[in-house]
Amino acid sequence: MALTNEQLERYSRHIILKGIGSRGQKKLLAAKVLIIGAGGLGAPAAMYLAAAGVGTIGIADADEVDLSNLQRQIIHSTGDVGKPKVQSAKETMQEINPDVTVVTHHTFVSAGNIMDLIKDYDFILDGTDNFPAKFLINDACVMAEKPFSHAGIIRFQGQLMTYVPGHGPCYRCVFKQPPPKDAVPTCSQAGVVGAMGGVIGSLQAMEAIKYITGAGELLVGHLLTYDALKMEFRKIRLPWNGSHLHQEITRLVDYEQKECGGI
Amino acid sequence: MKITVAGTSKEVTEGLTVAQLIIDEQVETPDYVTVSVNDEFVESGAFKTTKLRDGDSVEFLYFMGGGR
Repeated sequence: MALTNEQLERYSRHIILKGIGSRGQKKLLAAKVLIIGAGGLGAPAAMYLAAAGVGTIGIADADEVDLSNLQRQIIHSTGDVGKPKVQSAKETMQEINPDVTVVTHHTFVSAGNIMDLIKDYDFILDGTDNFPAKFLINDACVMAEKPFSHAGIIRFQGQLMTYVPGHGPCYRCVFKQPPPKDAVPTCSQAGVVGAMGGVIGSLQAMEAIKYITGAGELLVGHLLTYDALKMEFRKIRLPWNGSHLHQEITRLVDYEQKECGGI
Repeated sequence: MKITVAGTSKEVTEGLTVAQLIIDEQVETPDYVTVSVNDEFVESGAFKTTKLRDGDSVEFLYFMGGGR
């Protein structure tokens, strides 16, 4: 598959990059990435991946755009309030880059549908806002042996880690199980700076691009934390002895806690 | 003795436990923090009995649930 003249121009800044080049750009065009959650993290990630020419981008979210989303979910605009987020996201992504096929999944992820949802994708981004969903995505990716980027944001802080099967610990290795409801503050209770989604969601997009193109080293076996008030990034090494630090995951669980609904 | 907590060097008393360090450091969610010492996780049930040693490097890993 040769790049068209228009693609050579559109992706010229990738093509001249040593770590990507036309080979890497073709890999991006052939890649399939699923973003779960079209919110604070998913919005910037989806926009950068669309702009980058990731050929197929799936976006899963059950919600509609709310006025209180617009402070950070930059893929949606004022005129989109009331629209399904997946629809609003798709319109923005196709406006950025008509080269990209956007597949919308207008649904909550659950134990019943997640395996089917992720099976066709090469890389998954967790842009969800609650622990049950984060553990569900982790467990499904571990079971299906899919690489994914986990992230969380709150207040002036954010963090992320990348899981690649067999190369480092997963989210459950580090955090074991979801905390009880209301035990840990959520963004609807504690707030979050809109730009935090931009910082951390863009880093997730960066991990997806690196995974697809093979450029550099992934954030596997590390948790990257960002404290905006101290303006400090820390890359914390995670214990890893070659196998998961929990019992084998054999079934998926829909934990009950739901937080930050509509945030 | 000297230990490193989240990348910062600190002078602490001999025999300090992980549980006491969690209190001293005013960890916001002490029941839901993951702790590693020298790149090994410490089980939460062992916080009270795990004594830190000179030169140890301690990391606190926090749940961060937001995203949308």
